[in-house]
Amino acid sequence: MTAAATSTSPPTSTGGQSGVRLARSRRNAELSLLLLAMVLVAAYGAMVEASVLDTVTPSFWVPAAALSAVFLGLHVAIRFLAPFADPALLPAVALLNGLGVGFLHRLDLARATPAERAELATFAGTGGRQLAWTLISVALAAGLLAVVRDHRSISRYAYTLGLAGIVLVMIPAVLPPSISEINGAKLWIRVGGLSIQPGEFAKLALLAFFAYYLVRKREVLSLASRRFLGVDLPRGRDLGPVVVVWLISLLVLVFEKDLGTSLLYFGMFVATLYIATERVSWLLIGLVLFFGGAYLAYVLGDLIGGPFANFYLRANIWLDPFADPYNDGYQLVQGLLALGSGGMFGAGPGAGQPLKLPEVQNDFIFAGLGEEIGLFGLSALLVVYLLIVERGLRAALAVHDSFGKLLAGGLAFTLGLQVFVIVGGISGLIPLTGQTTPFLSAGGSSLMANWLLIAILLRISDAARRPVTGGGPPSTRPTGGPPEQLHGAPTEVIRP
Amino acid sequence: MPELVITVARFGFLILLWIFVFTVVGVIRRDLFAGARSGRLVAAPRGVGAVLGQGGKPARVKRGKAARQLVVTAGQLAGTRITLGEAQITIGRAEDSTLVITDDYASARHARLVPRDGQWFVEDLGSTNGTYLDRAKVTGPTPVPLGVPIRIGRTSLELRP
Repeated sequence: MTAAATSTSPPTSTGGQSGVRLARSRRNAELSLLLLAMVLVAAYGAMVEASVLDTVTPSFWVPAAALSAVFLGLHVAIRFLAPFADPALLPAVALLNGLGVGFLHRLDLARATPAERAELATFAGTGGRQLAWTLISVALAAGLLAVVRDHRSISRYAYTLGLAGIVLVMIPAVLPPSISEINGAKLWIRVGGLSIQPGEFAKLALLAFFAYYLVRKREVLSLASRRFLGVDLPRGRDLGPVVVVWLISLLVLVFEKDLGTSLLYFGMFVATLYIATERVSWLLIGLVLFFGGAYLAYVLGDLIGGPFANFYLRANIWLDPFADPYNDGYQLVQGLLALGSGGMFGAGPGAGQPLKLPEVQNDFIFAGLGEEIGLFGLSALLVVYLLIVERGLRAALAVHDSFGKLLAGGLAFTLGLQVFVIVGGISGLIPLTGQTTPFLSAGGSSLMANWLLIAILLRISDAARRPVTGGGPPSTRPTGGPPEQLHGAPTEVIRP
Repeated sequence: MPELVITVARFGFLILLWIFVFTVVGVIRRDLFAGARSGRLVAAPRGVGAVLGQGGKPARVKRGKAARQLVVTAGQLAGTRITLGEAQITIGRAEDSTLVITDDYASARHARLVPRDGQWFVEDLGSTNGTYLDRAKVTGPTPVPLGVPIRIGRTSLELRP
């Protein structure tokens, strides 16, 4: 409910009469949506057991109940910490996260022998670990809501966050491959049995920095030098930061061998730049730079190989997946076959053969799900992602301060871009790169980072939808008076 | 498990999934329609929006009718709306202002809008470049009629019913 929307309903009353504003926080709507989402997760769990085990065990509801408990906890936290936050965000994310846990649990069931299935503990296996990570991530999100009471305070640490973001991006690139490389991409820090993907957190830190930087610089960046083909081109010297980010993302592409991550960082920056300046020319420049860079990497990979070889290989697989369906193209071909055999309505939860898919718990979870719930179900999940992104952009439109606008817009766009990169990859629209599917894929780093992202969006949407309150009765408030007195008077802010 | 039960459950699940999607859409419908009502990002000048938006029922601008919204009509934040309550609205570059404007000609604490007995008053807070109500420079608390632009630097604001 934005300020504009408030005017359609009559809760606001100004003037001398009552002046009481019945602010609609819509927390009850959030609660009922959340319960509906949890019913869906429980139903999914029951159907998986019915298909895989041929019976529904009496404890099928345990993962769903654990998830419900932790999401309800977050819901209660939101009631206290961000009472006017968007009601659709939490249930939508909870549904995706719950289905992710359910699907990973389904993989555990399929992998286990019948004897092991009986004693598969709640927190065992991929699904169990994902459940544990969910509990931790949601707790972190609640913690972030509690610590950051005003999203504008993030801008105070913008340079620290920017530095931290760059360091986090660079760590896996400089570490030896034995520690940082998994499946050809150097994106991890592996310590013992734990692997952390620092890039997921770098995303958030860099966005906060971009938003802060662009708020300060947007006047300059929106200056136009000359019109060319109906587009205002920016001045040459203002291209500096864009070129720097472009170079960094190309370095990521070369040294971390991951197109998706570099596309994500660069897209994130260009989108934030566009939101800040409203200039189409930045979008065009960004697209030209990215496609130029990617094409250059492809040509270099063909000619000299080396650090570009991985990208060259992936681009070739994308161009013709069936050229080598048993080796290079195996992953993508299996994914396409899974989506194809899923068809319109899918084989039904638990009735597919996801274990034929390599990396089904990470990159290919969407293909694995698609085999079982079909295009009909997948499009519902995509619409849920779309709604999350839409809510983020809506919060960006409605919030009053520029930093909040850029941060929320950038975060929402990044989430959407990440879904595009991975779903586009597995469906053969763009070269496949190893991105996690937000909230679905197994992996603690991704889950934590994305829940933190949602926490920031909740915080900003709370600021955007919170009615202007806090003033005393108008009659007792001095309207005249010297400025000295005004500075001492309580300043009315959108958020206390 | 009988085949029939599984098939029914399978389709039931998909339908429930879409029911969830449409319920979410239902919850946020208010926002979607609000977007359709003011489809433009930039608020139109007075009169134009009323004709476009409400179809032949122009907002009557008359003194005494309660203002419900503060709309930014020009400048960086053009299109921003703030629903007015009974609290004062502070305007300036300071981050704790109600309306934070990033305008080179605005002061940190530039001006404020204060309600008194149903009428909003604009008051300059000692800004460098001044606050203007339409063409006149604001010196003391000045009543703001509906639809009359308050100018602060490059930013223009007005009260709407």
